[in-house]
Amino acid sequence: MYTIKKTFLFILFFLPFILHSQVSNDSLRVLKEVILKAKPYQEVIPVQTLSGKLLENLASHTVADALRYFAGTQIKDYGGLGGLKTVDVRNMGTHHVGVFYDGIQLGNAQNGVTDLGKYSLDDMESLTMYNGQKSEIFQSAKDFAAASTIYLRTKRPVFEGTKKTNVLVRYKTMSINYDDPSFRWEQKLSDNVSMSVSSQYIKSNGQYKFRYKRKNLDGTVAYDTTATRLNSDIEALRIESGIYGKIKNGSWDAKVYYYDSERGAPGAIVENKFSDGFRQFDKNFFTQAFLVKDFTEKYKFQARAKYAYDYTHYIARDTTSVLGEVVTEGAQSDDSYFQQEYYFSGVHLYNIVSNWDVSLSTDFQYNRLNATRKGIQTQFSFPQRYTALFSLASSYRINGFKVLGSVVGTHVQEEVRYNTKAPDKTEFTPALFLGYTPFKDYDFNLRAFAKRIFRMPTFNDLYYTMVGSSTLRPEYMNQFDVGFTYNWPIKNSFVDKISFQADAYYTNTKDKIVAAPTGNLFRWMMTNIGQVKGHGIESVLNIAMHVDNVQLTTNLTYAYTESRDYTKFSGLELSSYGDQIPYTPWHSGSAILNAAYQTWNFNYSFVYVGKRYNGNVNNIKINEVQPWYTHDLAVQKAFTIKTYKLKGAVELNNALNQNYEVIYNYPMPGRTMKFILSIEL
Amino acid sequence: MKKTTNIFLGLCIALAFTSCREDEIIFPSTDVSVAAPRNDGNIQGFYLLNEGNMGMNRASIDVFDYTTGNYTTDIYSERNPSVVKELGDVGNDIKIYGNKVYAVINVSNKVEVIEKWSAKRIKKIDIPNCRYVSFYKDKVYVSSYSGPVAINPNAELGFVAEIDTTSLEIKRKVTVGYQPEQMVVHNGKLYVANSGGYRVPNYDRTVSVIDLETFTEIKKIDVGINLSKMEIDSRGDIYVSSRGDYYNTPSNLFVIDTQTDEKKMQLDIPVSGMCMVEDILYFYSVSWSYLTGSNKVTYGTFDTKTKKIINDKIITDGTDKQIIIPYGLQVNPETKEIYITDAQNYVVTGYIYCFTPEGKLKWKTTAGNIPAHIAFITKK
Repeated sequence: MYTIKKTFLFILFFLPFILHSQVSNDSLRVLKEVILKAKPYQEVIPVQTLSGKLLENLASHTVADALRYFAGTQIKDYGGLGGLKTVDVRNMGTHHVGVFYDGIQLGNAQNGVTDLGKYSLDDMESLTMYNGQKSEIFQSAKDFAAASTIYLRTKRPVFEGTKKTNVLVRYKTMSINYDDPSFRWEQKLSDNVSMSVSSQYIKSNGQYKFRYKRKNLDGTVAYDTTATRLNSDIEALRIESGIYGKIKNGSWDAKVYYYDSERGAPGAIVENKFSDGFRQFDKNFFTQAFLVKDFTEKYKFQARAKYAYDYTHYIARDTTSVLGEVVTEGAQSDDSYFQQEYYFSGVHLYNIVSNWDVSLSTDFQYNRLNATRKGIQTQFSFPQRYTALFSLASSYRINGFKVLGSVVGTHVQEEVRYNTKAPDKTEFTPALFLGYTPFKDYDFNLRAFAKRIFRMPTFNDLYYTMVGSSTLRPEYMNQFDVGFTYNWPIKNSFVDKISFQADAYYTNTKDKIVAAPTGNLFRWMMTNIGQVKGHGIESVLNIAMHVDNVQLTTNLTYAYTESRDYTKFSGLELSSYGDQIPYTPWHSGSAILNAAYQTWNFNYSFVYVGKRYNGNVNNIKINEVQPWYTHDLAVQKAFTIKTYKLKGAVELNNALNQNYEVIYNYPMPGRTMKFILSIEL
Repeated sequence: MKKTTNIFLGLCIALAFTSCREDEIIFPSTDVSVAAPRNDGNIQGFYLLNEGNMGMNRASIDVFDYTTGNYTTDIYSERNPSVVKELGDVGNDIKIYGNKVYAVINVSNKVEVIEKWSAKRIKKIDIPNCRYVSFYKDKVYVSSYSGPVAINPNAELGFVAEIDTTSLEIKRKVTVGYQPEQMVVHNGKLYVANSGGYRVPNYDRTVSVIDLETFTEIKKIDVGINLSKMEIDSRGDIYVSSRGDYYNTPSNLFVIDTQTDEKKMQLDIPVSGMCMVEDILYFYSVSWSYLTGSNKVTYGTFDTKTKKIINDKIITDGTDKQIIIPYGLQVNPETKEIYITDAQNYVVTGYIYCFTPEGKLKWKTTAGNIPAHIAFITKK
């Protein structure tokens, strides 16, 4: 009976994938530990985690790629190695996602976009995504101030036995031109202090083949063309160093991060124009520090500080030839932007009675944006923004109940050197979270939350020449969620763990900042006219089991989303009124199957994004974008030669060589192989 | 254990039934009957060029046939299935000359030449950043923003290319002002409206006069900032519109005297688009108001003989209140029926409206993305 059940489960595991791919995945018989662990039984907020050791086996190399395995996220991926990758959670817009790097938010006051393709997974310990906010109150005001939050936590040094130094050297290459050497050095400085330095260099011409094929209605081939993606090259260097200390009843850390890249910013593939020459140069620097200390049994304190400097240089200089003379091809530009950010935060937590905590956080942030724009003769505004945030939060536990409430107050003041400055803004936004464990004998948790939050207009929204509007108000997001988590009680089974979580949500965006049309197509005005309503369901199933010496793990996610645009313009409904917003699939899902056997590890991962509509919005056939789904395979093997630990990996991405697009006219790479070798000294 | 199995089963079934990819097919046309068929007159119908939003590669051509009363959207892909990636990115102008249709596709850097009746490709002429097309004798003139590469990214003077109507090859080019737009030909001379749109706030303010014999610029007429559209009346007066600077200088309409090649009038009428039929200039204007945070839309007709406004309305039955952004305007010179397109917010599917000469709605239907330019098809 036991064996039959086991076989049955196995078949069920693979059934959907076999149906999808029509290829047998026999080689994937064996799996390992929990890759994505949902641990919401401690949380009153939906959370999904993808953690460190386990991240390695996923055949994903950027934060953006890994986030695809979370239910409810959509990655906008413009393709290629240098292409922009942004994350959207529950289709509320990328501006409503707060991304935190080692506890402090990554900001971009200029356009509010965080390119997650730039952040490598090499030194990442864990990725955690919360809908709403982290379900604790001992955090900075910024942690409370986003509709969804993603925490990127880098690796902390760990020393085995008496070891004082860890060195890891790694090299990656691909079936397309790609070189990626990296190293990580960890040093124990004293019993309480350690440090790490890591660096990664990536160079690739980014050239990959893509294919466009269409058939006539009678099934004959209309056209079928294969071309090479150009101007998708990248050369990037990342250097990162951290120092980590323990103090009495507390800890501290500090880090420095530097990223320098030159890349092609490949444009849309359109008729008669299969390449372009937009170039982007980035230099990002930040340094930050964090301290936490329990001063008494009842009183705890956190402090954070950050300074960031970001330089971006865009060049558009395409040329062509007419009658033998070299001429410009499109609009030319040569713009540089310089951003600075200072950030300070203090958090106080006071434990009133054992089951009742209260916290007060005060944050201060300063942003400024300078620019030099060759050939542009309008005055740049040179905006500066002072933001003061505070949050007051409390959590209370009684019997099976947990209640968490917070209110965030934000005051924003701006200054400009030229043009009109935006008026001061003061906002108060509340959130309430409830958790309930109804049965003593079952690990079953119910949760519900309501959160109102806003996003500030970006500097571009407010001040971009001819487009920006300094009178813009913030964009509000109201989010409601109910959900549960259930962990099956397991005794003496080959199954080690089964947990299931599901959430249903409703979102309502008011005063959404959108570009409104004017009489001239080249000129848009940023306005608060947008309105979007969304709802959906997200579910995550986690199973860990073992078959003899083989550890098997699986993680399945499925999300159903609807997000419809109810924007009116001058009181008139657009032809797309009530349609699903662009690039929002109704169905999406992912699967990870992992098997570990002694020094071997096999991983199969699958991402599915269903039918959706492109940027032309109207939900009509011609705007439809086909579903895409990719199968990734990875095999790792660890060796030990003398005292050196070696690890080799071969990965196969997009195994079925699907020619797909995430964003219309931005083709994604087909089948690629990746080879990784790492040595621990 | 049973529960677990059920959940597995449920999930697996759900996954197995989510839809898969299908073969991509060409973009099919759609047909809708909007008017009663008619056979009178020399005009059989029109082509409408939908610009398509930048980067979407969704410029498209619709056709309206008076003899069937059918409006057909998106015919290009069906008639030219082997053209990779169809018509292209951002249509900017369409005109018919002889038996050829010339569609200027801006971001695709080409002029698409198709047969008048079949809409099948004859040739694609590569011209970077091309804008508008005009004709004279056996030549086609295409204006382009492209210019010699300069250190200053926005300093390039545009050009006009001369193309032979038979070989469809570029024969000559002449440098004009900054970011040239529409053109008219009169008396062996080509008049080009220079916008300087890349040079905000230092717009160009001239009309270039090109001698078509020598193909050289013989004069620049100072007119007004940010020039755009051009029409010419039967007396040789050229009407050229200025988009203004959207702040202090409003949109305007100027008259150039082709006898003297000088500006002779400033009419103080805001004009975004216009169309000349006999002695009447039909126009509309859309201007952003910072006060209301919305657009002010006006329409009107203008008598080119008396240089007086005839009417401040084109649409008389209140339909104008449904139009978000009027973007294209054309009047059938035979029937005087008026066609106005609504570009909505430039992102979604737009509409085309047909009005009687009196300004009453005859029909309305959905077009493509940013319906904009109309070219009438004549029987001979």
